[in-house]
Amino acid sequence: MGKVTLDQLRALRESGKKEMNNRLSEGKTIEIIVGMGTCGIAAGGKLTLNSFLEELSSMDIKNVAIKQTGCMGLCYAEPTVEIRMPGMPNTIYGNVDAETAKKIVHSHIIEKKLVDKHVFNAPAKDIMKE
Amino acid sequence: MHRTLGDFLTDIFQNSVEAGAKNLRVTLIQDEKSFRMEVADDGCGMTAEELVRAQDPFYTDGTKHSKRRVGLGLPFLIQTAEMTGGEFGIESKKGEGTNVKVVLPQGHVDIPPEGDWAVTLSQLFSLPGDFEAVIDRQCFGRSYQVSRKELIEVLGSLEDLEALILLKQFFLSAENEISTGINEGEQNG
Repeated sequence: MGKVTLDQLRALRESGKKEMNNRLSEGKTIEIIVGMGTCGIAAGGKLTLNSFLEELSSMDIKNVAIKQTGCMGLCYAEPTVEIRMPGMPNTIYGNVDAETAKKIVHSHIIEKKLVDKHVFNAPAKDIMKE
Repeated sequence: MHRTLGDFLTDIFQNSVEAGAKNLRVTLIQDEKSFRMEVADDGCGMTAEELVRAQDPFYTDGTKHSKRRVGLGLPFLIQTAEMTGGEFGIESKKGEGTNVKVVLPQGHVDIPPEGDWAVTLSQLFSLPGDFEAVIDRQCFGRSYQVSRKELIEVLGSLEDLEALILLKQFFLSAENEISTGINEGEQNG
């Protein structure tokens, strides 16, 4: 495979956008925020991020924004991931390895059921704003 | 400790973004003898005293977490350079920026695996914030260069899933092209 040029990339993006507009995905967006501080990186946050990308694209879920943030204050439970989506409470998950990321896609995002063993409901006190 | 060279790069790149850098330059060069990684930024920089402290694992400036007593990002990198006979260098000027550089010898048993550069580079470029980053990537004489600004211009955003997948695809093809001809063992460390 040769290198994808910027023009080819632009064409791919535009054809994807047309498809997305046709689908009119209700304008509601799922937000996935992955902790990527030193602790998150050391615990394999990048593998988690990549697993979300692959699983969501294989399930053809498109109305998702994937963001990164620094340490959420739960270093002992990295990689941590926060999921915000309509119809579910904002949830922080801990110890999210690549496999757990797939579970979150299927259970939390598709079936709207929490993945109980990995739920951490609030950031540690030292980063909470007074 | 980070498990791949890509994770080390993520950590120092993240430092630059958090230091308010608007322009980052990443150099990533591999050849028969060494692996060289450099991140230069125009972030807030450090005084000579802060620079010394930043290299101490039992120091943090307390701005991110007021009760923390450790800061491990740079110390991880220094430790890796020391245990593999490599070199580590850091220069910084308050208000002007910081330059972190590490050179590791090829073939040392304690060099971490490279990891997947396409995943690492697409992850770095999609970090949130208004900053420009240019990557200068060279691998055994082949090279490519790309800037974050031009990728944002092409993709419109680096947040939605589809843009992230295309971004990864772009880096995957670029990495494949420069590593053609290198045998698998060397490529994947």
